[in-house]
Amino acid sequence: MKQYSKLEQRLLNDFQDGLPLTTNPYADIAREIGVYETTVIENLRRLQSEGAISRIGAVFRPNRVGVSTLAAMAVPENKIDEVAAIVNEFDQVNHNYEREHQFNLWFVVVAADSDELAKTLKSIEQRCGYSVLDLPMLQDYFIDLGFKMQWT
Amino acid sequence: MDMSVIKPEFEKALIEILSQGLPLVKQPYRAIAQKLDCSEAKVIDCIQRLNQRGDIKRFGVVVRHRNLGYQANAMVVWDVPDERINEIGQCIGQYDFVTLCYQRPRRLPDWSYNLFCMIHGQNHDDVRQQVEFIVEHCDLADIQHEILFSKRCFKQRGASYRRQANHA
Repeated sequence: MKQYSKLEQRLLNDFQDGLPLTTNPYADIAREIGVYETTVIENLRRLQSEGAISRIGAVFRPNRVGVSTLAAMAVPENKIDEVAAIVNEFDQVNHNYEREHQFNLWFVVVAADSDELAKTLKSIEQRCGYSVLDLPMLQDYFIDLGFKMQWT
Repeated sequence: MDMSVIKPEFEKALIEILSQGLPLVKQPYRAIAQKLDCSEAKVIDCIQRLNQRGDIKRFGVVVRHRNLGYQANAMVVWDVPDERINEIGQCIGQYDFVTLCYQRPRRLPDWSYNLFCMIHGQNHDDVRQQVEFIVEHCDLADIQHEILFSKRCFKQRGASYRRQANHA
């Protein structure tokens, strides 16, 4: 696991929720940590460009805006790169993972409405040539408090 | 103040920006306000409303687990009797190493699992231990489950509603 400085650890861990709704939110964070505002901004920028941070922003309740589903396909091992690339081309797909299972390609599809969602799934099926399991969320049991890293 | 009425189109445009990420500048809400041609106060007020309505689950730094050394991201799927789904869903959803816990439909005969949770660990053994912990603490010894470890991530980004915003 990559070694992060104390400052980086705090930025990654302690501000996953409750970003201040003030004119200078990064200055508020800086004050809390005891560094300069520009130091916070520069470090967040770097962590983002290195890929440790995906974004500073909001995580919305599922289906708050538009509709989404989790989809799965069983793809032959030697076709997975090709099929994953086709799935990635769809603007409505925002996560796409290969997993160890007979159903080995798992992706999340988000659309403006259920009509667009159904059309997108159909179009993915047609272009990839494999049928898609459509597994929309029925009930959410998770309260998102962010993800706590265990620094070793 | 211009804050009493927030039009749905405005809200959509703001949600799009918030799910893509705030600009990393000193005054991010002001930057957003300039983009949306409104006041900073309106942006902040609208975010507060989304928060109060429970539409925003959390607001802050979103990390990429894989790039932080949490290589083993596993989706664990369970075939839970319908009458136990709320009890078990709530039990699994409470642990901090679980990052999602949803009920989804079965698709028989291909797919018999109806409860999905996501677990991030530093390696496969780490995740397996967490699954064992869940089995023990949520009384799941007789519940079928499978662990689907991730192999490769082809795409990961915030949900995009841009298309929708353009339609509006």
